[in-house]
Amino acid sequence: MKLLSELSIGERGKVTAVNGEGAIRRRLFDMGITPGAEVYLRKKAPLGDPIEIALRGYELTLRKAEAAHVEIE
Amino acid sequence: MLKFALVGNPNSGKTTLFNALTGSTAHVGNWPGVTVDKREGTYKKGDTPVDIVDLPGIYSLSPYTPEEVVARNFILEEHPDCVINIVDATNLERNLYLTTQLMELDVPMVVALNMTDVLDKRGDRIDVKTLEKRIGFAVVEVSALKGDNVEKLMDRAVEAVKTPRKGTSVLKESALGSAISNAEIALRLKEVEAPLFHAIKLVEKDAIEVAAHPAEARAAQAFIRENLVNDAFHGDTEAAIADARYKYITKHFSSTLTRARKLDYEELSKSDKADKILTHKWFGIPIFLVIMFAIFHMTFSENFLYLGLIPAFGEWCGNISESVVGGIFFSKGIHSPGIVLFNAMELLTDQIGEWLALGLEGLQANKVIVGFICDGVWGGVASVLSFLPQILVLFLFFSILEDSGYMARVAFMLDRIFRRFGVSGRAFMPMIMGFGCSVPAMINTRTMADEREREATVRVIPFFSCGAKMPILLAVSGAIVQAFGVGNADVITYSMYLLGIVTALVSLLVMRNTTQRGEASPFIMELPTYHLPGFKNLMLHLWDKAKHFLQKAFTIILISCVVIWFLSNFKWNWQHVGYITVGDEEFAHTDLSILASLGQFIQPLFTPLGFGSQLNSNGWVFAVAALLGLIAKEDVIAAFGTFAACLATSFAGVSEDGVSEVMIMIQETGIGAPALISFIAFNMLTIPCFAAVAAARGEIGKGKFKWTLLFWVFTSYLVSTIVYTVGQFVWPVAVWIVVAALTVVGIVLYNKYMDKKDAEKKRKSREEV
Repeated sequence: MKLLSELSIGERGKVTAVNGEGAIRRRLFDMGITPGAEVYLRKKAPLGDPIEIALRGYELTLRKAEAAHVEIE
Repeated sequence: MLKFALVGNPNSGKTTLFNALTGSTAHVGNWPGVTVDKREGTYKKGDTPVDIVDLPGIYSLSPYTPEEVVARNFILEEHPDCVINIVDATNLERNLYLTTQLMELDVPMVVALNMTDVLDKRGDRIDVKTLEKRIGFAVVEVSALKGDNVEKLMDRAVEAVKTPRKGTSVLKESALGSAISNAEIALRLKEVEAPLFHAIKLVEKDAIEVAAHPAEARAAQAFIRENLVNDAFHGDTEAAIADARYKYITKHFSSTLTRARKLDYEELSKSDKADKILTHKWFGIPIFLVIMFAIFHMTFSENFLYLGLIPAFGEWCGNISESVVGGIFFSKGIHSPGIVLFNAMELLTDQIGEWLALGLEGLQANKVIVGFICDGVWGGVASVLSFLPQILVLFLFFSILEDSGYMARVAFMLDRIFRRFGVSGRAFMPMIMGFGCSVPAMINTRTMADEREREATVRVIPFFSCGAKMPILLAVSGAIVQAFGVGNADVITYSMYLLGIVTALVSLLVMRNTTQRGEASPFIMELPTYHLPGFKNLMLHLWDKAKHFLQKAFTIILISCVVIWFLSNFKWNWQHVGYITVGDEEFAHTDLSILASLGQFIQPLFTPLGFGSQLNSNGWVFAVAALLGLIAKEDVIAAFGTFAACLATSFAGVSEDGVSEVMIMIQETGIGAPALISFIAFNMLTIPCFAAVAAARGEIGKGKFKWTLLFWVFTSYLVSTIVYTVGQFVWPVAVWIVVAALTVVGIVLYNKYMDKKDAEKKRKSREEV
């Protein structure tokens, strides 16, 4: 098990669980980060955070703190 | 008249489709209570006209953002005859996620499948017939950008209205299906409208719904506890529902898409390649700075592309600029587009002013009436209009960056830095634009998701000193160097800019930890594919903004300018103050006006700032000049010209840089250098010009607006006091350090206390559920 925030560039993974609560968690779901979704870490911002991932055929950016709610394998 | 609602994800081409449907009939307003744009227009190409409402772009009907709540309430309460759901075919799964929620409502629906032409180019294909059958209502392929098939879409929508539709759900077959059916039956008994939609939201534990139907919510939760504890989500229905939706979409809907090649994230599209350079680890931020410089250069430079530095060419330009028309385009070089438009507007407003004066003199009108119409009414409007060209040029560039998808990347690159100050990377662009003009900068804070964050940003934008404040800086710092022989005008100017930036950042920090407190809003944002913005959309957008600004210029701003003109031209006994002539220029005797006596009255208030009671009886000039600066900040120096004419015999007429006017003020009032610097700081940080105040009022919630005004007054007063006392006596430095330290301790303690309270509140609400 690993967290989405721990992926390195070019690595992929499959979402297993989404933690956290309230608006942040719902937003992650709404953007398609649900169990089973495949994610690919495309790049990191020049200062290392936030990160950019590709999933469901589009690009999404989120902060590492938010990505730490997402467990992947 | 039929009423259709347009609903879809951000970046799905919704606004483009709206423009294609409504053309020039569109008008923009606000949704009541929130600062979210409301666009409405009429579709006239069909048999009957149709009212089209463009709902804000959303990803889901969750209850968390104002956009989502607005869209949800509109569909539920205003009962549109049909919902047109625009779906981006290149991003099918996530777009259809919203569709699965919309179809749960009892309202006729049509899907507009946009950007299938982009799919065609890739060789991908969607089996629309099958998709239509599975979704259960019409799916029409359109190209919003080209306007293809838009009429067919509307025909299908008008047809859909004829048969009422009951909500359907993709969740019926999921593990939660029985829980949803039970809740639906309970709500149907209660005669709730759209029972299926509400039932699902109840099962999901949606805060708005649980509050509306507490008994049914408890029953639903009890049912889930009894029957569904052992499913994969352990009763976490919010996760289970989102998961079930996406699973259903992949299985039944997005499977109608056949890709020419397998989706491969490592294969780079054109957009990905561009992105690789534009957000590059080392080059990303420098490229951004170059783009910003280019925008400012094209808006404000009088020496476009530095062509004037070529000696022969510069001379040629100088010669041409002697003529009236030449002066618009040339001075020591070619003017940038922004300056050309600025000059053209100035020429136009001056000309109209002259015609007005001539016309009124021809009618033998009273001199006071001529002054009222030409200086009070027209002068006020003209000084606001003079901003318009550059506001629009800045706005155009901003819209291009926004529409192309680059702005989201800027936020992505800079978020790390700005998060420290409690705002997201989105705040950066408006702040930088503040150096040009606060008005477009404030309007552009609309792209920020969080309300508190946006309010904080709007408040600090004026601290990024705009172009109109430049004359104050140049004239006063020039005079300080001349009169007191201290420092260097450039150093003073730069340190004032720096002071503004520091004040902005400190204010952000303080606000986000006190009045604008709140959890950092999530920064979970789509990075749309880069594309060229459509010309028609840009122009419609620009026209909206221009119209909006002009409406304000001719109402709020005009009234404010007239009031100020009256106060500065009349005595308490309602007599005009009279005129004084210097050379061939005529000035009003403002020193005898109501405004001047008000200035004398409030003068003592400015004592801590260095331009109050310590000055002689002429010291009111500074307070009054600051008041006159509300019309437009460059008027501060113009006011000094008028005062110089009234007070000093040595005044020889208005100078180009304003230094001699400030010199006369120094002689006549006995003000010192620290107080003058404090005066600059005060003007930079206090309430901005009326145009910016009007813009801020549009972007800040009604109740918060008066606090915003107070915030500006307080901040400018405090910072100027610090500047003056430290500059004059040095030792207060120690006092201010202690005050700052105490404030920091106070804020930290306050936050600890509030955090504890919030945690308790959260625990309590969780226990209740």
